[in-house]
Amino acid sequence: MPQFDPTSFPSQLFWLVVTFVILYVLISRFAIPRIGDVMEQRQKMMDDDLDRAAQLKAEAETAVQTYEKALADARAKAHEVMKAATDEMSRKAEERNREVAGRLAQQIADGEARIGKARDEALASVREVATGAAQAIAVKLADVSLADDKVDAAVGAALQESR
Amino acid sequence: MASPVEQFAVKPIIPIQVGGVDISFTNSALFMTIAVGVSALFFWYGTRKRALVPSRWQSMNEVFYEFIANMIRDNVGKEGMKYFPFIFTLFMFVFLGNMLGLLPYSFTFTSHIAVTAALAVFIFIAVTIIGFARHGTHFLRMFFPHGAPIATAPILIPIELISYLSRPFSLSVRLFANMTVGHIMLKVLAGFVVALGVFGFIPLAVVFGVTLLEIGIAALQAYVFTILTCIYLNDAINMH
Repeated sequence: MPQFDPTSFPSQLFWLVVTFVILYVLISRFAIPRIGDVMEQRQKMMDDDLDRAAQLKAEAETAVQTYEKALADARAKAHEVMKAATDEMSRKAEERNREVAGRLAQQIADGEARIGKARDEALASVREVATGAAQAIAVKLADVSLADDKVDAAVGAALQESR
Repeated sequence: MASPVEQFAVKPIIPIQVGGVDISFTNSALFMTIAVGVSALFFWYGTRKRALVPSRWQSMNEVFYEFIANMIRDNVGKEGMKYFPFIFTLFMFVFLGNMLGLLPYSFTFTSHIAVTAALAVFIFIAVTIIGFARHGTHFLRMFFPHGAPIATAPILIPIELISYLSRPFSLSVRLFANMTVGHIMLKVLAGFVVALGVFGFIPLAVVFGVTLLEIGIAALQAYVFTILTCIYLNDAINMH
C-alpha cells in the first residue's frame, strides 16, 4: 500500500504543515471575525429590537392604565354630577311641593271658613225666614198671632231636630 | 484492471528537493491546496456581503461556524473558545479532505496515515502541554481518578496510561482506515461493473448506494475527529 511507503512522508508532512497553517491563518484572521461579526451584529440588533419592543409595550400599558384611570375618574365625576343634579332637583321639587301644599291647605282652610260662615249666615236667615213664615202661616191658617220669641224657640228646636 | 490501492499512490507533480529531502508538490499536496482554496472561496463568497438577513452561502458559513462553536461550548465550555480557530481549521481541513476525495479522479489526503497521524500526534502533544500548563503536576491525577481505592492503583494507573497514550493511534487510524477502506470498496465494486458486462447494473446500483454512504462517512469521520479533539481538550482543561 502506498500509505506505508515512507519516501512520500516528508513531502506529505511538509505540505500538510504549509496548507494547514495557511488555512489556520485564513480562518482565524478572516473567516471567524467576519462571520462572528455579522452574527454578533444580528444578535445585538435583535436584542435591541426586543428591548425596544418591551419598552414600547410598557409604554402602551402605562397609556392604557392612564386612559382607564381617566375613564374611571370621568365616570365617577359624571356620577357625582348626576347625583348632585338629582339631589338638587328633588330638593327643589320637594320645596315646591311643600309650598304648593301649604298654599292649597291655606286655600282649603280659607274656603272652609267661608263655607262655614256662609252656612251660619244661611242657617241664621233660615231661622228668621222660618219664624216669619211660621207666623204668617199661623196668621193665615188660624188667624193667631204668635209671640216672636216662642216661634223662634220652636223653629230653633225644629232646626235642631232636622240637623 | 488497476490495483484498488493504486489510487492512493502519491505522485510528484513539481519535484522539489531541499537538502536531499524530497518535498515535491504531489497530488496529495495539490488536494490540500485545493481544500484551502475551496475554504477560502467558501468563506470569501459567504461573507462578502455580511447581510443581516443571510444569503444561502452566508447561511452555510454561519451553520459551519455555529456547528463548531457549539461543539466546543458543549464539550469543552467557554474556556475552550480560545482554541476555536484551531478546531474550526481542523474540521474544515478534514471535512474537505474527505469530501474532495469522493470526486472522481481526485486524491484523498486523509486516507494517508502520515497525514492523520501528524494531525493526531500534534493534537495529542498540544493537549498534553495544555493539561500540564493549566494543572501542573496535578494533571497526573488524570491517571488515577479521585475516589478510587489506593489498592487499585497498580491496575488503574497502567490502564489509564495506556488509554491516554493510545489516543493518537486510535484518532489517526480511525480516519485513515475509514477513508482507505471506503475508497478500496468503491474501486472494487466499480471494477465489478465492467467485469460483469450486462449484469453490471447490479454492482452499479451498489456503487451508487455505497457512494451515498461514503459521503455520509466522510462528513461523520470529520465530525468524529473534531469532537474527539474537543473531548481530549476538555480533559486537559477541566480534567475529568
